[in-house]
Amino acid sequence: MAEDKAEPGLVFHPLDQFIVEPLFGDGPVSWYTPTNLTYWMALSLLAIVAVFVFGSRGRAVIPTRLQSIAELIYGFIYKMVEDVTGKEGVKYFPYIMTLFLFILFSNYLSQIPASYSPTSMIAVTAVMGFGVFFAVTILGFVKNGPAFLGLFWMSDAPAILRPVIAIIEVISYFVRPVSHSIRLAGNIMAGHAVIKVFAGFAALTLVSPVAILGIVAIFGLEMLVSGIQAYVFTILTCVYLKDALHPSH
Amino acid sequence: MEGELAHIGAGLAAIGSGAAAIGVGTVAGNYLAGALRNPSAAAGQTATLFIGLAFAEALGIFAFLVALLLMFAV
Repeated sequence: MAEDKAEPGLVFHPLDQFIVEPLFGDGPVSWYTPTNLTYWMALSLLAIVAVFVFGSRGRAVIPTRLQSIAELIYGFIYKMVEDVTGKEGVKYFPYIMTLFLFILFSNYLSQIPASYSPTSMIAVTAVMGFGVFFAVTILGFVKNGPAFLGLFWMSDAPAILRPVIAIIEVISYFVRPVSHSIRLAGNIMAGHAVIKVFAGFAALTLVSPVAILGIVAIFGLEMLVSGIQAYVFTILTCVYLKDALHPSH
Repeated sequence: MEGELAHIGAGLAAIGSGAAAIGVGTVAGNYLAGALRNPSAAAGQTATLFIGLAFAEALGIFAFLVALLLMFAV
């Protein structure tokens, strides 16, 4: 940590951007306080509503730009749900679409300098990850009854190995929500922190051109990562949903 | 002294990022090798590619998380 550096190095801390602070004044943050986190979550919701309400308003045969964006996103996710989970999974398409849109829009909005990224907050992604976990587990038991436990029992494996594999499968099943949420938050947090580290180097005159080029390059990479992480979160949700609907290995 | 050890530990945890890079490279490279042999089957496997990439990458992110915890939480 660079607290007492005499050099004009990191004048701000790269992780300062993830501090949740109240939007108006300062004081303790309780669950109802409007903070920069809730502000950017609300902005991403507004952006989603804007794209989809205005995009689907015209219903033109030849779509406008906004309409094709909305249609492309919708078609992309619909096809993904259908491909991965099969016809029965289409019933749960609205939930998956909601997750995807929220993650995608808050990822992209957080690329705006000086913004706050809701998906870098582990609390936000943990709610989504554990939400998917509980939804999928409950759905699996409701749909299949005790047969859902067949997910952990590899009937193809040699009989001696089956209990061992079952233990590993149970552990990996319960680690799922943790890795699901940390993957998203960690990726976004790491990307933003790297940009801020490069920004810290830009204060040194000698290396500032390199640092600025680095920021541009990392920014481009982050635009890619934002989309890919939204896609990955959604497709893993689909995979978990498929496991719940068809638990037999 | 303890804080310095935590810094060394954080640096060691960063090796995990390199390990994750090997994993991601293996997944992507093998996908590309397979896709060039049979391009018609490649489009159907992009989902699998991304799932594989995500699993490989997640462990690197865990290493990053351990480094962060050592730096700021311990």
